[in-house]
Amino acid sequence: MERNVEEIRALIARHKVNDHIFAIVGLVCMMIAVIMLLAAFLDLFIDGWSRLSWKFFTSFPSRRAVDAGILSSWVGTALVMLVTMLSAVPLGVAAAIYLEEYGKKNWITDLIEINVTNLAGVPSIIYGLLALGLFVYMLGLGQSILSAGLTLALLILPIVIVSTREALRAVPSSIREAAYALGATRWQMISDHLLPYSRGGILTGVIIGMSRAIGETAPIITIGALTFIAFLPPMPVTASPPFVSFDWLLAPFTVLPIQMFNWVSRPDTAFLANAAAAGVVLIAMTLMMNGLAIYLRYQIRKKIKW
Amino acid sequence: MVTTLARPQPQAAAAPEPDAALTLKAEAKALNFFYGSFRALNNINMPIYDKKVTALIGPSGCGKSTYLRCFNRMHDLYPGNRYEGEIRLYPDNTNLLSAQVDAIEVRMRLSMVFQKPNPFPKSIFENVAYGIRVRGERKQNRISDKVEEALRGAALWDEVKDRLNDLAFNLSGGQQQRLCIARALAADPEIVLFDEPTSALDPIATASIEELISQLKQRVTILIVTHNMQQAARVSDFTAYMYLGEMIEYGRTGDIFIKPKNPQTEAYITGRFG
Repeated sequence: MERNVEEIRALIARHKVNDHIFAIVGLVCMMIAVIMLLAAFLDLFIDGWSRLSWKFFTSFPSRRAVDAGILSSWVGTALVMLVTMLSAVPLGVAAAIYLEEYGKKNWITDLIEINVTNLAGVPSIIYGLLALGLFVYMLGLGQSILSAGLTLALLILPIVIVSTREALRAVPSSIREAAYALGATRWQMISDHLLPYSRGGILTGVIIGMSRAIGETAPIITIGALTFIAFLPPMPVTASPPFVSFDWLLAPFTVLPIQMFNWVSRPDTAFLANAAAAGVVLIAMTLMMNGLAIYLRYQIRKKIKW
Repeated sequence: MVTTLARPQPQAAAAPEPDAALTLKAEAKALNFFYGSFRALNNINMPIYDKKVTALIGPSGCGKSTYLRCFNRMHDLYPGNRYEGEIRLYPDNTNLLSAQVDAIEVRMRLSMVFQKPNPFPKSIFENVAYGIRVRGERKQNRISDKVEEALRGAALWDEVKDRLNDLAFNLSGGQQQRLCIARALAADPEIVLFDEPTSALDPIATASIEELISQLKQRVTILIVTHNMQQAARVSDFTAYMYLGEMIEYGRTGDIFIKPKNPQTEAYITGRFG
């Protein structure tokens, strides 16, 4: 077949048009996503900037917008997150280890695996309803920090389990065999090797789960968090023996998203600035957690090459 | 060419002439192994002599690694695997494959060095110390002494003595493999199983590993799988040729390489097949 160079060049030029078209379409799509997010964040920041001060963090909510602060809600958020982490991490990691290393591979574990993955997609309000019945009424934990923390722990458990399993699976079988060949039991292999080497992945999963939990509003409202709290939970340390107190676990509380929701729904528009400022704090907390996850993963991965 | 060869006609693996200097360390008796319903090893009978190097050769897929991994029950780690027959370990005459014998007990007595260097992502010291710790040693100075002894035994001590706390991944491939040998030696094994230990290494690192194996047989029994016939000829005292899961010929390395009895062994050794 006769074909000269001019024809080939023309053909390539025609084909390349599609290349350029897609590059432009892709750029526009990407910009839409990024610009919308940035605009939302910037708008929040501009609205809330005037309210962001030391006093905002150290004041309780108030009837007057300028005096109102987020002390009770950020303390509440921090304590609920603490309970969530302390309960979701051991439960999730242990469940993942069982499924990955101990559970026999049969249809029952397959079924459990599918369900665990699906649980991650269950609407959060369903968890709220479950928690209202189970924690608040049946176990009598009340509308407390403990109830909220356990609820959010249930919510993020699938995320922790799935990401832990992936992290465990990333450890090559040659490392497992090396440990077994030296006479290690399964638990020695897990505790001396698998867990230390998959820390980075597990941690990432935990923090992704926590980032989701920190913004959850629906399940917390369902279990009955108060929207106006003008006091802090009792201190965990006391002056008299036994010096530690767990009363804070059963204290009523509020969290940042609920505080925001409350301010937005007020008729007085001056509270909108407060809501925006609280939103900035919430986003900053999430970004900080994600940043920490990236940093820790980088530090841990640096030592491990496979 | 594989396709032109008939199914092997295994000969009874006759033990070589009785020799006063040879002590039996282990013995495979009518060993069969199945991956699910696939029979990967077929009626293997073979002696393994104390403080000698026994090499397993044969084309890819002949079952030599499968056979090696029976010795420390690595197949127990994966579902669907089944052993038949016995591997007797002497002098106590324990059947390593018996259901009554815990696989961990077997692995406490036999160490393994793998095809690709697989150090733990820990320090050089901790890599070697792991087997010692698993064996219940808690005294730090005892552990340090044994780590040094094992690293000397693996001809690695002089290269790493000033950086025992460095990550093992910072070593070269050949050093990593010697580290894995030190890790295996630190466990005081009765037999060390080598599964193609030099296939991932360059010729210089290979030579140092081979020299090491020749030294190690003063102290320990060695069973080595190799795809490299020259390597088998250089390091081993006894050689077994395997094909399609069967033991075709077993004998002294000199005899196998100079005057093989079986024409298939001869075809493989002379490079006409494999």
